[in-house]
Amino acid sequence: MITKRIIPCLDVKNGRVVKGVNFEGLNDVASPVELAKYYSDNGADELVFYDITASFEGRKLFTDILTEVASKIFIPLTVGGGINTVEDFDRVLKCGADKVSVNSGAIKDPGLIEEAAKKYGNQCVVISVDAKRVDGVFRVFSKGGRVNTGMDAIEWIKFCVDSGAGEVVLNSIDTDGVKKGFDIEMLRKVLEVVNVPVIASGGAGTIGDFIELFKKLPTVDAGLAASIFHFGEVKIKDLKNELHKNGINVRL
Amino acid sequence: MIAIVDYGVGNLFSLASSFKMIGADVTVTSNKDEIRNCNKIILPGVGAFGDAIEKLRADGLDETIISEAKSGKDIMGICLGMQMLFEKSFEYGEYRGLGLLSGEIVPMEGKIPASLKIPHIGWNALHFKKESRLLKYIKENDCVYFVHSYYAENCRSSLVATAEYGKEITAIVQNGNVFGCQFHPEKSGSVGLNILKAFCEEEK
Repeated sequence: MITKRIIPCLDVKNGRVVKGVNFEGLNDVASPVELAKYYSDNGADELVFYDITASFEGRKLFTDILTEVASKIFIPLTVGGGINTVEDFDRVLKCGADKVSVNSGAIKDPGLIEEAAKKYGNQCVVISVDAKRVDGVFRVFSKGGRVNTGMDAIEWIKFCVDSGAGEVVLNSIDTDGVKKGFDIEMLRKVLEVVNVPVIASGGAGTIGDFIELFKKLPTVDAGLAASIFHFGEVKIKDLKNELHKNGINVRL
Repeated sequence: MIAIVDYGVGNLFSLASSFKMIGADVTVTSNKDEIRNCNKIILPGVGAFGDAIEKLRADGLDETIISEAKSGKDIMGICLGMQMLFEKSFEYGEYRGLGLLSGEIVPMEGKIPASLKIPHIGWNALHFKKESRLLKYIKENDCVYFVHSYYAENCRSSLVATAEYGKEITAIVQNGNVFGCQFHPEKSGSVGLNILKAFCEEEK
């Protein structure tokens, strides 16, 4: 059967990975290529590269790095950050990305998902949503989680999937950074309304949090995290061994 | 030299890079003479069957591939490229394939439990059904990366390996010098590279 995926997310600014500590055998922890290779060699099932650069020069540097990563690392690569038009899809796909993650770009132009899905296929389009509870309702936040759009997150995700998004990344602002576990309640709501892969993001602090995620939500497809992997708090190999011991099907 | 056939469908950057990684000489080309001069051919593909086979035929590349395969040259189809090697496909209608392998391409929908998501996306384990050169450097239960909504049925004697997704899904096929992978070896880590490496070798 299909395995549950473990996905490290790398934030890239001006060609360098933001935050991280040294791993054994890794000379340059901020090198996207070295870090990507390290994760790929150590069991990551997929990598997400998030471009947090704002400048044009930084963007060019990002695509150069992406090209280098894609020429050396042979696992699926998802790219996000600054994706506002179909031309942006084209720009990163040409550099070797397999999937493109859209967040604010789809909020600004809800037609972007359908347009991109028709051109590149649903499997290529990932909708990434930052959501937070406001008065008991899950709301979509934009601008890196700072601005409440007022949109209902569950309805928004359903709309995006109906428009052609082939995968959903749900980042719970409520659990993000807290390291007390994924937002099971919010994820469950999303899993109830869509039939495409759902990737859980926000809240992982320990191996136990991933076990809880996959045990409580057997239909969730993947767990994504950044800092716990970058700071070596959780090693992907150990994580996958523990998941396997707990009866969760993973690629070892 | 290995020819990756470029007929305007999808991005061939990762595929070309993966062959370079294993030290193979590779060229991405739509030139028929160049394809004929290479000793192995890769037929890639993403998207819908109808569009892809139409593009291949529009350039007359279908005839080049068929005649080269019939002359005994190794050819490997990847993902939709594998599906095109078969007789026909029922993706959004009915389309004739290249007919180098017997069998047809059918939707997963209705053939697998409704609780399973379609497309079949992610890493899944291979189960071996018969011997093939492609399996030389990999082992039973090794995982590879799939992305597809249709699969090959009635492959008969060409079936080499399957993956379990509500039912047995065709993963690797071979009939003589004609090979195919439903998954993406260029996205399947070291297992995928080992499959490409085995393809690059000569049959003993």
